[in-house]
Amino acid sequence: MKIKELKTDVGTIKDLEVSFGRIFEEDWLEPVGPTPFPSITDLREWDFKLLQRYKPFYLPFCDVCCLCTFGKCDLTGDKRGACGLNMSAQQSRIVLLACCIGAATHIAHARHLVEYLIEKYGRNCPIDVGGVSVEVEAPVTRLVAGIRPKILKDLEDVLDYCEEQVTHLLSATHTGQEGSNLDFESKVLHAGMVDQVGMEIADMAQISAYGFPKGDPEAALTEIGWGVADVSKPVILVIGHNVPSAVGIIDYLTDKGMYNAVEVVGICCTAIDMTRYSPTMAKIVGPISWQLRFIRSGLPDLIVVDEQCIRADAIVEAQKVKTPVIASSPKNCLGLENRTNSPAKEIISDLLEEKVPGVLILDPEKVGEVAVETVMAVAPKRKKFKIIPEIEDIIKAGQECTQCNECMRACPNNQPIPEAMKAAAKGDLNPLAEILENCVGCARCDSACPNDFPLHSFMVKAGEKSLMEEKFKIRVGRGAIQDVEIREVGGPIVLGEIPGVVALVGCANYPRGGKEVAEIAEEFAKRRYIVVATGCAAMSMAMVKDEEGKTLYEKYPGSFEGGGILNVGSCVSNPHIAGAAIKIASIFAKRKLRANYEEIADYILNRVGAVGVAWGAMSQKAASIASGFWRLGVPVVVGPHGSKYRRMLLGRKDKEKEWYVYDARTGDKVYAGPAPEHLFTAAETKEETMVLIAKLCMRPNDTTKGRAIKLTHYIDLHKRLYGVMPDDIHLFVRNKADLPITMKDEVLRILEEKGWKERRIPDPTLLPRLIRKRKGE
Amino acid sequence: MGVKAEPWQTAEIAGPKKALLILKPEVVVAMVKRAKRPILVVGHLSAEEYSDNIKMIDYAIRMSRTAGIPVVATAHTTTEFIKKKFQPAAWMSAMDIGNRLQDPEWKGLDGKGPYDLAMFMGLPYYMEFVILSALKHYSTGLKTISLDRFYNPHATWSFPNLSVKDWNDNFEIMLNKLGGK
Repeated sequence: MKIKELKTDVGTIKDLEVSFGRIFEEDWLEPVGPTPFPSITDLREWDFKLLQRYKPFYLPFCDVCCLCTFGKCDLTGDKRGACGLNMSAQQSRIVLLACCIGAATHIAHARHLVEYLIEKYGRNCPIDVGGVSVEVEAPVTRLVAGIRPKILKDLEDVLDYCEEQVTHLLSATHTGQEGSNLDFESKVLHAGMVDQVGMEIADMAQISAYGFPKGDPEAALTEIGWGVADVSKPVILVIGHNVPSAVGIIDYLTDKGMYNAVEVVGICCTAIDMTRYSPTMAKIVGPISWQLRFIRSGLPDLIVVDEQCIRADAIVEAQKVKTPVIASSPKNCLGLENRTNSPAKEIISDLLEEKVPGVLILDPEKVGEVAVETVMAVAPKRKKFKIIPEIEDIIKAGQECTQCNECMRACPNNQPIPEAMKAAAKGDLNPLAEILENCVGCARCDSACPNDFPLHSFMVKAGEKSLMEEKFKIRVGRGAIQDVEIREVGGPIVLGEIPGVVALVGCANYPRGGKEVAEIAEEFAKRRYIVVATGCAAMSMAMVKDEEGKTLYEKYPGSFEGGGILNVGSCVSNPHIAGAAIKIASIFAKRKLRANYEEIADYILNRVGAVGVAWGAMSQKAASIASGFWRLGVPVVVGPHGSKYRRMLLGRKDKEKEWYVYDARTGDKVYAGPAPEHLFTAAETKEETMVLIAKLCMRPNDTTKGRAIKLTHYIDLHKRLYGVMPDDIHLFVRNKADLPITMKDEVLRILEEKGWKERRIPDPTLLPRLIRKRKGE
Repeated sequence: MGVKAEPWQTAEIAGPKKALLILKPEVVVAMVKRAKRPILVVGHLSAEEYSDNIKMIDYAIRMSRTAGIPVVATAHTTTEFIKKKFQPAAWMSAMDIGNRLQDPEWKGLDGKGPYDLAMFMGLPYYMEFVILSALKHYSTGLKTISLDRFYNPHATWSFPNLSVKDWNDNFEIMLNKLGGK
């Protein structure tokens, strides 16, 4: 507050400036912890503790930096660029850039949702993500910001903070700013933490205002798959992540009593979120990689795109099949004319008469009206016009193919497309159909082909029959984990008796198709781990059936318990997973939550056996989501394509000195073993991932019973998938009570060979301030 | 030979420092013979059949036995080695062996000192690409060779993009000539 001149009885005051800090509510009795609304350096010491143990392993994509006009600069080996930066700092800078992009995307998504929902439902719309079952409604926000949001308006203040932080973080990547790779890494962790807050706000807002399932373990089952759409009706396809436009369509259909007149299907997280809004009216086609194949099939009569992970050429592809497009996000205007203020009838007419390929409408209700009315008029005219070639065309192309290999060299998964074309020349389309199973839908093969063959479309034709049969069940995203669920499993998780929480998250950039995600999920559900999922991973898991025709969501309970498989929701639902870990510390262990980040993260790192797996991680959002988990002490495994994130955070189990913790009971430094061994690593195969998951769920605090259970799974998986006993068991056995009973003799022999000695189990912490009694006291 | 140094995956451009082309298998033989501490890192693709019952893993085993080179099996490749009655010196993830090889303080699997030659085969191309990059930038005194049949530019030495037949022929020559080590 600034006052230029204030005249009072005692005199005149000029240029008075008064500022207030943040005002914290007084009815939350828990005192404000040490780091409310932390700045970009407030948690630096914690970050450095993590980075001391989990050192960055940089994997540069190329030797140069080309971010300013000094460059390009060759940073090979120990060279420095013109600005003075070396390769390590440059790589961490790129990671920070990626995480800033990811965090900004979620935070901007949250800002749009909150503003829109406030406009629609009012500032005082209450935050309710689970009623009395979810009293800790915003664990991440409470932990980071130190506030308890009660109404939509409260979320705006927190978003102000997030936006400020991302601006600071992004500024650090400018030339001549940060110069230390470790400080860049600390900022990466900060970006991830802020991202978690932004995502939590987005999901809280939409759950509360739209009435999505509120922590419901028995959320409805809905349909997913290419074949679920009733294509005898006009079909609207929505793609993206930000759901108001899709809600606008469903609301319009409902209001007009057109419930059965139009089929509304979706791809990517908008699809997940619209089924949370209406599991009966909305259906899911599939994950992000299903975009091209579905558009080219001509099945959608109208496409509505919002934001994030939408193909940049969606409009080009849509034009090929004469499908009009409505863009509905300011972040993704696609070069279309803004018709938000045009009368709906004019827009519909222009689309119907193909005067324009699409329009930009920045009003979700108007999108609903225009989309429905347009699709009703366009569908009979389009007659599902498609550009999927006929079999004869593919055979002819196969005969003309020069086997130049350009398609294969462009394919991220090195698929044998030339061989498949050779087979196609002889009329055998099966190899092309098999490639579609592993296809990430990028169509780089199309772009690479010197003959301009639409190779992706060839694959779609070859796999058409199985695509039409794709009909599966997925449980609608349930949202938060209930407090009562945390009370029931908190003890078994911390003691190690539920061997771990496995979070399958992220995009669909899979090395060998999405079925591997389902295999990983079922392996761990059968072993009574808790399996949680979001986004494309949650979809891919649904797209596999057993012999009885059931999907994982039909076979396993949706509750947060050992053996449960939970679809938590879309990308912005990831903080419910982080929130579950936080709530274990606060609800079960009664650690102070409010603005107490470091202590809670220390608790999770040392006690909560959770691991994230982003088997198809692709995006910058996936990078920032992962970094939010790292700072919280949750390790993350990515698939082989994740190696392209350019940096891992790896522990070295062969360096004993790096695995000491404080025993909070005595202050002694105690060797706790490499648990968890890594904070971020890329796995080459699903088999490696499974073994890693079992290993990364071990924590220093495990009881002997819990450690024995975790070791049983680790050894069993290692023997089955690697064909041998693990070579590092001695690092994880603390005393003989840790030994799995059924493997006792075998493991003891190994321990003897390794010269193993018993050691004590500490009350582990990395924070000296948490030591209750020091030596000599 | 008219061979170009083109990355197999078209967009994987490395930068100013690119792998030297192995135009004759004798180059590898000379490198291996000169090396005091060589190591062979073998990924899971080595166990996949790619031509007439030939698997890369068989060449890896023959190379290890012929030249006495320790093998690190990445991911679950150890299963395949054991099926073939071959015991790799170690198994660890591709990231872990990459991380150790770039550490000048790492004393190797046997504790006898750092390696001076690391050869790679059977990893996904792009994964090997970035690991070789890490070693190019951070390792000291380590040369790397990509033994796959694709040009991988971050290695010190790499085969060009080869047909299966040419690759097989190269390996047969290498194995014959290494026999004398």
